[in-house]
Amino acid sequence: MNISLGITKTIHDWLFSVMPEGLASITEMVLIAAVYLAVFAVFGLYLVLLERKVAAWFQLRMGPNRVGFKGLLQTLADALKLVSKELTGTEKADKFLYNLAPYFVIISALMALAVFPFTQEFQAFDINIGIFFLIAISSIGVIGILLGGWSSNNKFALIGAMRSGVQTISYELSIGLSLLTMVLITGSLQLSEIVEVQKNGWLIVQGHIPAIIAFMIYMIAGTAETNRAPFDMVEAESELGAGFHTEYSGMKFAYFFLAEFINMFIISAIATTVFFGAWLSPFGITESIPWLGVFWFLGKVFVIVFLMMWFRWTFPRLRIDQLLTLEWKYLLPINLVNIVVMAFIVWQNLIIQL
Amino acid sequence: MERYIFYIVAVIMIVFAIAAVNSRKMMRSVIYLLFVLMGVAGIFFLIDYNFLAAIQLTVYAGGIIVLMIFSVLLVHHIELEMAIAKTSKRILTAIASLIGIGVFLSTIYSYNFNVVENTKTTTTAEIGEKLLNYGEGGFVLPFEVISVLLLAVMIGAIVIAKGNKLTDKNEETS
Repeated sequence: MNISLGITKTIHDWLFSVMPEGLASITEMVLIAAVYLAVFAVFGLYLVLLERKVAAWFQLRMGPNRVGFKGLLQTLADALKLVSKELTGTEKADKFLYNLAPYFVIISALMALAVFPFTQEFQAFDINIGIFFLIAISSIGVIGILLGGWSSNNKFALIGAMRSGVQTISYELSIGLSLLTMVLITGSLQLSEIVEVQKNGWLIVQGHIPAIIAFMIYMIAGTAETNRAPFDMVEAESELGAGFHTEYSGMKFAYFFLAEFINMFIISAIATTVFFGAWLSPFGITESIPWLGVFWFLGKVFVIVFLMMWFRWTFPRLRIDQLLTLEWKYLLPINLVNIVVMAFIVWQNLIIQL
Repeated sequence: MERYIFYIVAVIMIVFAIAAVNSRKMMRSVIYLLFVLMGVAGIFFLIDYNFLAAIQLTVYAGGIIVLMIFSVLLVHHIELEMAIAKTSKRILTAIASLIGIGVFLSTIYSYNFNVVENTKTTTTAEIGEKLLNYGEGGFVLPFEVISVLLLAVMIGAIVIAKGNKLTDKNEETS
């Protein structure tokens, strides 16, 4: 019953039968990229809808409920509206960089999607440095934000961009170190091998106390990395207008917006893969039906996405000095101690194996 | 196919390298330089040296370039353009660059490169073991020297940044 494998294999065989080998592999890559692009663009839109629904639920409102059944088409309509909008810009902006900035953000977000193992077979690019590749890619996205803020020639945008730079550079460290703690157990950076290790229990169970600490640090740092509340000084509405994307409109604004939600998905997907066993079902209940893995993967991702939305509508915003204090005086030392504890546990073989 | 990808990446790198030195806007130069560094990462990916490619992206694209952008943000206004150098200076630089290219090209073409038949990708574990190996061909000494150097740099940066504040506070408490 390998449905996903069945479809991709049929297309693969057909492509290689009608074209020469080199051309076929290029066409295959383009096709995979196009499918990912289309699926995740729509996916991002539905994450926006989910965010609005969750917000409404937390604030005892209805949320979007006019377009389509229970407002299900609301964000699709919003996207159409954004496409048809006029693109405006400031007079004295650096036009080249101003137009380039959104693409940095969206491309770095989409590149990271390629390495996630949705099921055992359904993984576009199984690189042997998986996690490290994700960290490397996420460090590029911030350049887009800095560029967008600077080149729109607007004071608020510049301040927002500076804050974003400070924040992302600081919290990247925590993300890297908390993932490194888990790599101590797996002994591999390759995502498919990390999933393989977790067949004897998810890593958060295997690594018990240090793994739970690492997960908490990862969630805090991940929320900060995506510039979401309570760490949203970057686009703090009450003080900065809209932060680094104040001057953007139409489709370019949509790129920033979509990238934010795809980044949220990526952070949750990394957490799912590293801590919660990716496509593995709990206690192996659906082990005989491999294609169900994608539902387990997305289910776990959505639980963590909901957690991040819960943060957003619960906590008040931090000040910039509180944010930096949290990272450099608390999270980083805890993280370093945590790595040593984890190394000791792995060395003494105190891992819980189911 | 790899040959064509190599040529495409190489052309991109050369074009953006020239653009980086020719642009009169500082921020644009930095971004062109970013594309050159990404091209280097692309070539590392092409020869299946994934670890070094990811290092290239994190350290150069994510670290050095962001640092450069920060310094430009602090000192440079969007309407400023850099001055054009004097003609005599430009000629001098051109001659120096040509000599440099000549030296490099003559070295590269005089060396007889071996074609490796079966490529094998290097895993992170191998790199880690080499780095902490104190036996034959190990790199533990340079590794430690670099870490001491980085520590010294960090302490130095803190002392410079604190400046007067550091001494004042000490005098108050003593």
